[in-house]
Amino acid sequence: MAASIENPVLAEDPAKPLKKQRASGSGLGRYVLVRFLLIIPTVWILTTLVFFLMRITGDPITAALGGRLTKAQLQERIEAAGYDRPLIVQYFEYMGGLLRGDFGTTVSDNRPVTDLFLQYGAATVELVFFALIVAFAVGIPLGMLAAYHRDRWPDAALRVFAILCYATPVFFAGLLLKLVFGVLIPLFPASGRASSGTELLMSGVVGPTRIYFIDAIRIGDFEALGDIASHAVLPAIALGLLTAGVFLRLVRTNLIGTLGQQYVESGRSRGVSEFRLVTTHAWRPALIPVITVMGMQIAMMLAGAVLTETTFEWKGLGFQLVQYLLKRDFVAVQGIVVMLAVIVALTNFLVDVIAALIDPRVRY
Amino acid sequence: MSTDGTTTGGVTTGGTSKAPVLSIDGLDVTFVTDAGDVHAVKDLTLAVAPGEVLAIVGESGSGKSVTARSVLGLIPDTATTNGAVVLQGNNVLTASKAQLRKLRGADVSMVFQEPSTALNPVFTIGWQIAEGLRAHNPKLKKKQIRERVVSALEDVGIPNAADRYDYYPHQFSGGQKQRIVIAMALALGADVIVADEPTTALDVTVQAEILDLLRDLRDQRGTAIVLITHNMGVVADLADRVAVMYRGELVETAPVKELFASPKEEYTQALLAAVPRLGADSRSGAGGAGAAAAARAAATTAEAGEAPAAEAGSTFGEPVVTARGLEIVYPGGIGKRDFTAVAGVDFTVHKGEVFGLVGESGSGKTTIGRAIAGLTTATGGSLDVLGYEMVGMKEKTFKPLRKRIGFVFQDPAASFNPQLTVGQCIEEPFAVHRPKMSDADRRREVLSLLDAVQLPTEYAKRYPHELSGGQRQRASLARGIALDPELLVADEPTSALDVSVQAKVLELFRELQDRLGFAAVFISHDLAVVDMLSDRIGVLYHGELLENGTGEQVLTRPDHDYTRRLIASLPVPDPIEQEQRRKEAARLRAAL
Amino acid sequence: MDILKRIPFQRLPIISHLRQAVGLQRGMLIAGLIICALVLIAAIFAPLIAPYGYAQMSYEEGGRFGAQQAPSAAHIWGTTVGGYDVFSRVIWGAQTAVSVIIVAVLLSIFIGVALGLISGYIGGWLDRILVVVADAVYAFPSLLLAIVMAIVISGGQSSAWGGILAAAFSITVVFIPQYFRVVRAETVRLKAEPFVESAIVLGASRTRIITKHVFRNATRTLPLIFTLNSSEAILTLAGLGFLGFGIEPSSAAEWGYDLNKSLADVTSGIWWTSVFPGIAIVITVLGITLVGESMNDLNDPRLRLRKRAGSKKKSAVKETA
Repeated sequence: MAASIENPVLAEDPAKPLKKQRASGSGLGRYVLVRFLLIIPTVWILTTLVFFLMRITGDPITAALGGRLTKAQLQERIEAAGYDRPLIVQYFEYMGGLLRGDFGTTVSDNRPVTDLFLQYGAATVELVFFALIVAFAVGIPLGMLAAYHRDRWPDAALRVFAILCYATPVFFAGLLLKLVFGVLIPLFPASGRASSGTELLMSGVVGPTRIYFIDAIRIGDFEALGDIASHAVLPAIALGLLTAGVFLRLVRTNLIGTLGQQYVESGRSRGVSEFRLVTTHAWRPALIPVITVMGMQIAMMLAGAVLTETTFEWKGLGFQLVQYLLKRDFVAVQGIVVMLAVIVALTNFLVDVIAALIDPRVRY
Repeated sequence: MSTDGTTTGGVTTGGTSKAPVLSIDGLDVTFVTDAGDVHAVKDLTLAVAPGEVLAIVGESGSGKSVTARSVLGLIPDTATTNGAVVLQGNNVLTASKAQLRKLRGADVSMVFQEPSTALNPVFTIGWQIAEGLRAHNPKLKKKQIRERVVSALEDVGIPNAADRYDYYPHQFSGGQKQRIVIAMALALGADVIVADEPTTALDVTVQAEILDLLRDLRDQRGTAIVLITHNMGVVADLADRVAVMYRGELVETAPVKELFASPKEEYTQALLAAVPRLGADSRSGAGGAGAAAAARAAATTAEAGEAPAAEAGSTFGEPVVTARGLEIVYPGGIGKRDFTAVAGVDFTVHKGEVFGLVGESGSGKTTIGRAIAGLTTATGGSLDVLGYEMVGMKEKTFKPLRKRIGFVFQDPAASFNPQLTVGQCIEEPFAVHRPKMSDADRRREVLSLLDAVQLPTEYAKRYPHELSGGQRQRASLARGIALDPELLVADEPTSALDVSVQAKVLELFRELQDRLGFAAVFISHDLAVVDMLSDRIGVLYHGELLENGTGEQVLTRPDHDYTRRLIASLPVPDPIEQEQRRKEAARLRAAL
Repeated sequence: MDILKRIPFQRLPIISHLRQAVGLQRGMLIAGLIICALVLIAAIFAPLIAPYGYAQMSYEEGGRFGAQQAPSAAHIWGTTVGGYDVFSRVIWGAQTAVSVIIVAVLLSIFIGVALGLISGYIGGWLDRILVVVADAVYAFPSLLLAIVMAIVISGGQSSAWGGILAAAFSITVVFIPQYFRVVRAETVRLKAEPFVESAIVLGASRTRIITKHVFRNATRTLPLIFTLNSSEAILTLAGLGFLGFGIEPSSAAEWGYDLNKSLADVTSGIWWTSVFPGIAIVITVLGITLVGESMNDLNDPRLRLRKRAGSKKKSAVKETA
């Protein structure tokens, strides 16, 4: 019904001459600004939520060191860290710290959480990047193939494949890959980011990005590069396949949706080939919702990375998160979680902007 | 080139000098739907001569659209087809995929109903037109393509075509989009164009322009057009020959003048009789209807026991709805301008009077109807409904008045809760306003209401989706009048219905209004329909009320050029009269 | 229950879907239903099916199972590094999984649906705040949030039913925003539907409109979300278990926990400790997803397969009056 009311957007004034609207990009600019401002409440809500939830269980000192220190020692540490003050004071202090880029200091090994990011973030970025390549390379073409052969056997097979990808927990996929290609048929290394020699080499790089792939290229050591690449294969496939399944389904459903649109029929009525209808006419409009959901999936990959890194002993942020969890160091956990929240919010923002750039209705 | 001579000769069997460009021979199509198999087209035989406009007319379910699609081989795989559709010596139904691709666009192409969905929103229009050219001549150079696209756009009257090559569809108005769709269809020089309801989604004034464009193209290029439509006015305007279809079967074919002057088949006669004709059956106009209105007016005033209200020219009772400088503005949200849907409108609806609001899309007619029923907030001026000021209304204080207002929605399919039976839906007013009423009493009321709208009483137990569109709209009327309201707002109640069904629903509305004497605001885009029912007509244009008077006044002595254009643009179901009106409309447009 | 009575049997979800489905979609739906039934049977009859208890490490007649024993007659799927019987723990694991799904999904449905209906229909500030909160939580990787919740609820480690409830509550919090979003979107859409507007015009009260008109129509897609979320609940539970937030092996069997413990086995070629619990997870999620996917296809007229014309004797030609 709402659409049939005189819609302000649709009700163009035919009397008004069509002016050139291209010059003014104000629509997009405004969209980007509004979308950017939306990051603030998102991040604020999550940090607040996480802060209070983590504090319900008590102070982090007792949680981490409870068994090991005497009551008096504990009390001393608690007071020193300021955990004896009212919760609301601690909250404002914590938020203030966040604004200054201070994500807290770990209890177990007394390191600023930001340091953890600088040291281990790169490994996670590397893993997610490789996994995304797998996900795109597998998910998108297969999704298009499934839509093209809709309801015939290739479609059925691909859908079962997609569901299997999705139904297999990433750590089980990792375990299977390790078992088959790391142990039974040892094609690839089963754990770690690189062999110890390469690790040593990488730690000696001046001004490291800590993304081994880039660092190896920078120092021009192709043997190391090969070693790094072979280590990345199994984790990237494990994490990538999970996402590939989601991408496959996403592409298939959206393509089938746009293939049923009148404008595809219109193309067909003028002799455009089915292949081109799928890959161009239906693909571009399907891309807009696909990209938005893909953005969310990239965020979800961070959770997958936690499990993948644990499976493959890939020393990234996720691996560290689990280590701190086991040590019951909740300041570190909270810091890492909050920082991931920021990254997720930024990723979703960027992806939405990309989707808007593709959509001419927003662009002009 | 005048086509009259060649087409009236009767092309059905191809016995004329020119061989048909398209011949359909014994076409039979069966589809599968959720409701089971549908035998959509039954043994259809037709032929179209070069340069001829053949209109295929029928109501929903007649199989006309399926026929159109089968000409291009655009029928889904799940359908089974028999017979032949021959184009340039090829049978489309048995052609291979490669043959079909070659044939589509080059020999036959299609114009779609809804231009905004027929254009891909994320590609430029130039690119989209070029796609057809590239598909048929992969060797064409970029520059050649561009030249051909621009000339195709110029042919359909898009100004500054060269600049607009890189525009996206949303940068054009509805009428321009349809021109672009036509340009696409013509770009490859097809001999036959299948136009599937090409003007149904457009406003009347725009429709007239598109029909002129199609006629010009036929005259200049000799392109044959298969026009699929349900609108008899459009048929009278454009067609040379008419094929009438009903439930998949061909009822009759005849040259257009012959068909309108002396329809042979009973179905055709009934169909033509059901079409509302502008001024022919005017309620307010001269003759019997006017006298009846006066009588009714006298009766209501007597009942009211006082002198009629101040409004000049009105002989009705006291005002039920009074709008003074009414403004309705939709807030624009962050960074968007407010949208003024209604800008300073004055009108009065008196007791027992039917006030017709007519206008094209974006005119604000629906908004006014919704504001009267308290569904949209009136933001400025004054809107008095049954003595209640709607500007700044509060649901709590307005609620007691709601039982005195009925509302009939446009889409009968959507205005019933799919989870409730028709009986439960009609019962709802009683459940809300007379909670103490016993179940038996309620049931009795529902049955008598169903009876009043001429529906079988056993329909109370059915679910809305089990009823046809017309039946649902009757049930909707029953719900609207359940509490014997003083005011009924009907928002395009018949625009989703077929002509013959529309005629019956309108007749029912008339009868109920005569019997129950409620005041009504009748909203429609169709001037002829409004004229049939209304004592007074208001013409809205971009939120302003241009005309406000009896049907006779508005139709014969309009104050505004727009109204004159609107009246002239409305095609009448009479080819001879329509030719005259076409000239008049062209003159008015030229004067703009 | 009044609602259930009025809906004819054929219009119930799943049953109506089965009636509509043809070909491939029917195959998928039936396969999914069979798998789900098998998992349910394993869960309910675990004490009868499993030869040993989930925490059993030695034979009744005495003598330990031994750790990492290869599959044999006594232990058809071998034993774990902790000395448990793999087959028994996989079967008992179904019980844990099903209990968690039921508690988690029911809780999130109730809270999510109620919030979504109210927020969507009433709108205003409450709605805006809830939407921003739900969006924020929704965009966040669910496993990370589940970790935080697990810490809050059980302090990380847990025992017996406490563990199941803790896992279920953690998952609930993560899924409430999903239900909320779906139901709210439906409610907002329905609010603009003519049939709701016609109830407004009649002067029906808000409660009447929400309960009678909006609720029933807004919740039609719930069976679908239910299946999709159940599979996600299992994956989250297994993920939590894998990270060491699972249920202690002495209080219940949990597939993710067993997989975590088998991590080291894999490098030495011991495959049975990881493969069987892993496959159990895959099969369960697969079954539920198959049901959900086919329901999704059948709900969407664009995706629904149709029989070829003339394939069935039913040739009721549609009449348009």
